[in-house]
Amino acid sequence: MLFLLILLLGLLAQFFLPWWSIALVCFGLAIWKAQYGRHAFLSGFLAIGLTWLGGALFWHLATDGVLSNRVATMMTVNSAWILVAVTTFLGAMVGGVSALSGYLVRRLWE
Amino acid sequence: MKWIKALVSVALTLMAVYGLNRTYGIIPALGPFLSPYEGFWRNSEREGEFQSEELVLEGLQAPVQVRFDSLRVPHIFAQNDHDLYLAQGYLTARDRLWQMEFMTHAAAGRLSELIGDQMLEMDRYQRRMGMVTSAKRSLQKMMSDPQTRNAMQAYTAGVNAYIDQLSPQDYPFEYKLLHYAPERWSPLKIALLLKMLTNDMTGYSDDLRMTNNLRKYGAETMKDLFPNYPFREEPIMVAGAQPKFKPVPIPPTPAEFMAGAALHSLERQKPENLGSNNWAVAGARTASGYPLLASDPHLGLTLPSIWHAVQLHAPGINTYGVMIPGAPGVGIGFNEHIAWGMTNVGADVLDWYEIKFKDNTRQQYWHNQRWKPVRRVVEKIKVKGGKDIVDTVLYTHHGPVAYLPHEKPFRSGNTPTGHALRWIAHDNQNELKTLFLINRATNYPQFRQALVTWAAPAFNFVYADTLNIAIVSNGLYPLKWPGQGKFLLDGTNPAHDWQGWIPMNQVPMTLNPARGFVSSANQSPVNPKDYPYYLGSTFAGYERSARINQRLTAMNQVTPDSFRVLQTDNYSFVPKNILPTLLGLIEQNNLSGTQKKAFQALANWNYRFEANQLAPYLFEEWTQRLAKAIFFDEFPPETQKAPSRDRLVQMLLQEPNAPWYDNVNTPQKETLPQLVNTTFKHVADSLYTKDAKGQWGNARNSTIKHMAQLPGFGQKLFAGGSANSINALNGSHGPSWRMVVQMGPQVQAWGVYPGGQSGNPGSRFYDQLLNDWQAGKLHQLLFLKSVQDQPATTSITWTLKKN
Repeated sequence: MLFLLILLLGLLAQFFLPWWSIALVCFGLAIWKAQYGRHAFLSGFLAIGLTWLGGALFWHLATDGVLSNRVATMMTVNSAWILVAVTTFLGAMVGGVSALSGYLVRRLWE
Repeated sequence: MKWIKALVSVALTLMAVYGLNRTYGIIPALGPFLSPYEGFWRNSEREGEFQSEELVLEGLQAPVQVRFDSLRVPHIFAQNDHDLYLAQGYLTARDRLWQMEFMTHAAAGRLSELIGDQMLEMDRYQRRMGMVTSAKRSLQKMMSDPQTRNAMQAYTAGVNAYIDQLSPQDYPFEYKLLHYAPERWSPLKIALLLKMLTNDMTGYSDDLRMTNNLRKYGAETMKDLFPNYPFREEPIMVAGAQPKFKPVPIPPTPAEFMAGAALHSLERQKPENLGSNNWAVAGARTASGYPLLASDPHLGLTLPSIWHAVQLHAPGINTYGVMIPGAPGVGIGFNEHIAWGMTNVGADVLDWYEIKFKDNTRQQYWHNQRWKPVRRVVEKIKVKGGKDIVDTVLYTHHGPVAYLPHEKPFRSGNTPTGHALRWIAHDNQNELKTLFLINRATNYPQFRQALVTWAAPAFNFVYADTLNIAIVSNGLYPLKWPGQGKFLLDGTNPAHDWQGWIPMNQVPMTLNPARGFVSSANQSPVNPKDYPYYLGSTFAGYERSARINQRLTAMNQVTPDSFRVLQTDNYSFVPKNILPTLLGLIEQNNLSGTQKKAFQALANWNYRFEANQLAPYLFEEWTQRLAKAIFFDEFPPETQKAPSRDRLVQMLLQEPNAPWYDNVNTPQKETLPQLVNTTFKHVADSLYTKDAKGQWGNARNSTIKHMAQLPGFGQKLFAGGSANSINALNGSHGPSWRMVVQMGPQVQAWGVYPGGQSGNPGSRFYDQLLNDWQAGKLHQLLFLKSVQDQPATTSITWTLKKN
């Protein structure tokens, strides 16, 4: 449930708000719905990771990597696929820790 | 425990968000940069994404139609000048916003703002050269003319209309990478771009190195090694073709024309070859019976491309061509009646004056037997991630004192300390007005009249209409005594000041010369025997122009394709002139097997710098090594200027016993044959040890780089040509726009440039013309007569509507 909520609301937020809105979404939804620490972290991690993976994959594939290959060379990671992975991981980590923070903050009142 | 866990976790989250939201030196802010919803991913352009649309554009007075052709060149149809330039500003910004802004930041000395303190010395240099001050003055001139003011304001409004509709996720790629936001455009930025052009073309001098030479070797040797007119030359204006006029009095040469200054250290030399070509052939010699014109300006090649192509159509104007992104109008191009192109003249329009300050407070300086006040201008340089830097520039009547005696200049190659700069960039006419009028000119008198407001950089303007061809070496030239400014000048002596200007109607020019063609390749505009004024003494060598003239003389029934072939001609007169002599000096009996092979390759060479050949590589390596062996002992490049290639050729051919062959650093006496043999063997031996480099196209290591030198955003080039071939590709310097125009009732034109219309590295149109350019292909340029003219290749139409 938490995973789905983050996925939907996170995705929606990112279409209109700066990238760091994912942290607010995860934090807020985890306060509301997280059952335990690992549940919060994994939901944030996977849901945001999925949105970033989906976005990166879409642009990479739909444009034959015209830009992602260049950026990969610039960042000396050699392959645009590594860039897709790095992007996914970065979004996932921010999603994970912010969701975990939400859960841990809620516990202060329990 | 609960509290600690929560605190640690929240702190970690905040740190992650904050840490990912800022840049670290060259590392971008990874959060916003990598986010697929606002980061660089969004700049990837899908095929088919570019489609017809209708959009509302703030500030329009009437609707504007834009038709895009297959190269994505916009053909703008407006109902008045204001809307025309507004639409051009908007469309150029859509393609090239970052490039436009980056160039103006570089010109204004504001790169530290974007990149950080590693750009500080460069910024300081730009400001001390007076770039912003002179751009502001230039702006005043342009704003005082209603036509150029209207064009600049409308163009600016167009750029800003684009900026205003951008949200961060739409920012061009480079903004996301460097993590900043676009700044609003202004007419001052247009002035800065034009100053940047002047800087590129005229912003160097060898006065300091030449002065060091003069001190070391004396006036007689300098006259011999650095003559005012070269040994071999084919000037742009043939003898007798220059119209007669009554010259104004030329200032007398002062007895002592060298400022007594301390020795300075130097590192950069003036590039001998800028490499641009242009020519036009009269209708009598063309297949169509109408004149043909070609132009290929050579510049440092970059991506995004230097030029943006456009067709501008409104009442009174229908012109097609290319322009530096960020300024209104067309720079090089054609309309229904005339065609024109430019090459750099390279006259001496930048001089340095030694300043005698009264004392260390530097409030006053000595000039014309009295103390005069120094004006101080404070420059504030913002630095990314640091404190603002305040810099004070001292101004004399000559110009800014770029660096004080105790300071270490940036680009010290052409920057003496303690000297004031007198530079044509500080004098202003309205160059934009020239372009405005040329774009609308229908005949030669109108074209000629338009040139009157063009000050700098001086260009060889080639011209053709259906009946005439012409070339005008046009610009604002200081009225100098012969040789003035070859060396550092004395800032206290008023006889050393610039004392007026060559009248604009007396610049070198030719209209319909008897030989049936006009041409220029940066060589001397005119033989001093045929022209009363001194323009300078370091024009490009004659080799490219000789080849152009040789080919044009031989051609009959000239077609646009003959011009295309000529523009990509890789032949060079340099080996033709010296290789037989050099090979004759080689002791063939003493050669090893590989050395013999190298000898044979050179002996059989046809003097064409083809990409897949070995000989051009051998020749270049060898002659460069030889030139260094001859001159670097007497003229170390850190402090001295070595004689030109032309003078070296003369020496090799005619002065076998010149003293300069001896290496002064060795006890024995070297001779020319010795140097020729040792350098040849060295090059031949080293060649066969690095096998892959055998092909000229690879060996020269040419690249086209992104303007900010981002790895992965440029491309390695494999192409023929040489600095002294018509196809003058040299390092990353080369033909930035090749254009051929056939005049007649229906003007037809062809062109190509290394890159594409889009400045977005995520677009196919970023560099899609690069391979055609390397292969020497041209594309027919679609020139529409009217908005009703709707061929299938312009199926994408944008309608810009007023609010």
